[in-house]
Amino acid sequence: MRHLLSTRGLARDEAIALLDIAEDMAAVQHREVKKLPTLRGKTVVNLFFEDSTRTRISFEAAAKRLSADVINFSAKGSSVSKGESLKDTAQTLQAMGADGVVIRHPASGAPYTLATSGWIDAGVVNAGDGTHEHPTQALLDAFTMRSRLHGAASRGKGLDGVRVVIVGDILHSRVARSNVWLLSTLGAEVTLVAPPTLVPVDTAGWPASVAFDLDEALATKPDVVMMLRIQAERMHGSFFPNSREYARTWGLDDARFSQLPTTTMVMHPGPMNRGLEISALAADSAQSTVREQVANGVSVRMAALYLLLSGERGELR
Amino acid sequence: MTESFLITGATLPSGERADIRIADGRIIEVGRIADAAGATIVDADGLIALPGLVDLHTHLREPGYEQSETVLTGTRAAAAGGFTAVFAMANTSPVADTAGVVEQVASLGTAAGYATVQPIGAVTVGLKGEQLAELGAMARSRAGVRVFSDDGFCVFDPLLMRRALEYVKAFDGVVAQHAQEPRLTQGAQMNEGALSGELGLAGWPAVAEESIIARDVLLAEHVGSRLHVCHVSTAGSVEVIRWAKARGIDVTAEVTPHHLLLTEELVASYDPRYKVNPPLRRAEDVEALRAALADGTIDIVATDHAPHPIEAKQSEWDAAANGMVGLESALSVVHASVVENGLLGWSDVARVLSSTPARIGRLAGQGQGIVAGAAPEVTLYDPSAASEFALDRLAGRSINSPYLGRALPGRVVATFHAGYATLLDGVVQPADEVARRAAALVGGARG
Repeated sequence: MRHLLSTRGLARDEAIALLDIAEDMAAVQHREVKKLPTLRGKTVVNLFFEDSTRTRISFEAAAKRLSADVINFSAKGSSVSKGESLKDTAQTLQAMGADGVVIRHPASGAPYTLATSGWIDAGVVNAGDGTHEHPTQALLDAFTMRSRLHGAASRGKGLDGVRVVIVGDILHSRVARSNVWLLSTLGAEVTLVAPPTLVPVDTAGWPASVAFDLDEALATKPDVVMMLRIQAERMHGSFFPNSREYARTWGLDDARFSQLPTTTMVMHPGPMNRGLEISALAADSAQSTVREQVANGVSVRMAALYLLLSGERGELR
Repeated sequence: MTESFLITGATLPSGERADIRIADGRIIEVGRIADAAGATIVDADGLIALPGLVDLHTHLREPGYEQSETVLTGTRAAAAGGFTAVFAMANTSPVADTAGVVEQVASLGTAAGYATVQPIGAVTVGLKGEQLAELGAMARSRAGVRVFSDDGFCVFDPLLMRRALEYVKAFDGVVAQHAQEPRLTQGAQMNEGALSGELGLAGWPAVAEESIIARDVLLAEHVGSRLHVCHVSTAGSVEVIRWAKARGIDVTAEVTPHHLLLTEELVASYDPRYKVNPPLRRAEDVEALRAALADGTIDIVATDHAPHPIEAKQSEWDAAANGMVGLESALSVVHASVVENGLLGWSDVARVLSSTPARIGRLAGQGQGIVAGAAPEVTLYDPSAASEFALDRLAGRSINSPYLGRALPGRVVATFHAGYATLLDGVVQPADEVARRAAALVGGARG
């Protein structure tokens, strides 16, 4: 794997292979010494043009546990905020000898541009671009579902027949896009639920169905309910009248949560707006996978960096 | 004694073969010409002779954005593309919203000598859409402005648009509208549809263009004014304009070469060369635009030549500038998109790229055709020369062409403007020589 830019182009066997490596990485996390020497001497740059402490420290932990040197490059307070272009930043990193670049950028396609421009030789991992994709989030979500469903017997398995309902701001969500492609590739059935204003105008080509009524969607007793974060700025863009109406209509409140089978996983990519898209009861329940998602994020990102940056797929120890 | 040319064996737009003699500031003879004493012979065997092309929509960038283009470099690009006249859009810095700026642009064009440069005046002061610019002063200036446009921005305020449409009637002017509903296109990055949703790029919905065109044709009808619609890009817009024309509304419309050939799928590469406003649309829109050009619903092809420096296109998609250079490639793209498939013949090309744009813009001395007595504006095009469009075809200052590396038919071989050659054997003629010939004409006229 040269770059990890999207889940759109990820084949089923590639995705499963990555998840299986993540299982190996997860096993390392339970050892006393959590560090592998795999990427010793390699340099990974976390290039973040948007604030995202969670994703950045997850990648940082992943790279460090593989013994890579990590440089954090935040656009805030750097020359980027003084007008330096993506090209110049990339060439600077190239000159410093970056082997891998983990990029978070507010513009959709920026990681693709970085990877295809010829400005830099490094492997590029998309850590979230605009409203396009966030592939490692989808991979960690799939990993989490697989672990809950199959436990130690997860290796080699897809998510065939798993029914997933994704609820919230689909229009602006890179998490939703990456999940739609990846989960369907892995065999899951995806239903998107949102106010009509927060669904792209034409999703006929998406491997997912779209619904507007959350109660109907939950009545089908899905295996997974994934709640997306509602950004504050959506409340001022006339996407819905106000947060109370949103919470009443599309929030996973206590009443809706209590109707779900106890086997239904409740997922959220974080950070959560408790009381808006998800109630505290749901978020803190045994069905919630929120903390597992964070832990699994490190394993999945280790797997991604390993696939991109290690010379060959050696034996893991 | 001015230079004279005998163009031999050219194929006229009608399909007839003829010799063309240019002398004394006119086309003096078209037919079989034996006597060519003193004339420079140009062998046009196998070449199509078109009346000099006229572009109603060019961004020359001067004054203010000389790093992208100047009047001189932009008209070199025009000559390379077979254009003998360009209408220079008003979004310069300062904006062309006063007589002083339009006269400056016109005089720079005259001095350069590569093409007639007819300035377009801004509709509103500073293109801000708040207050009418001095339209009358620009019309009465030495630049003789007849086309007014805030291109780049839509004249969105309906009352201001109404007033502009009414006011320019006083001097037979026309408002050329950039039809883009600003609220519906906030932050817009590409055509809104299935692909924008997938790529996560903010959508530019077709309705944002169509609703403004619908409003404007009704306004034009109400006040009995002439309206021109810039760069029509959607099938729905074609339907609105077709309806308006059937109703007798005095509306004309243009389509760009790129909207006749390219589709939104190119955006999936996130390559900013394909970023343009209005955006590239769906294949269905391209088909509708081609059909509309063929049936006359769309009157003309105009390039929307929009040069940008390299750094404005070497970036992530959102940060990149909108626009493509188009003068040098226009004729080949028209050839590829509507001539090769038989929708248009070469006489139609002469109409949509020469006579009608000159008429819409009320530009004298252009678009008169290839007949004895007409102005000496002639373009020779080799339709059989197919090649990969490469950097050597670009003659302006900027290289933001979406066609680089793409196979395109045909090639402009020669351009004659005001009786002298601005392009010969596919080579743009030297600036000093062209300027000298232009100055000689001005001197002679004053004589």
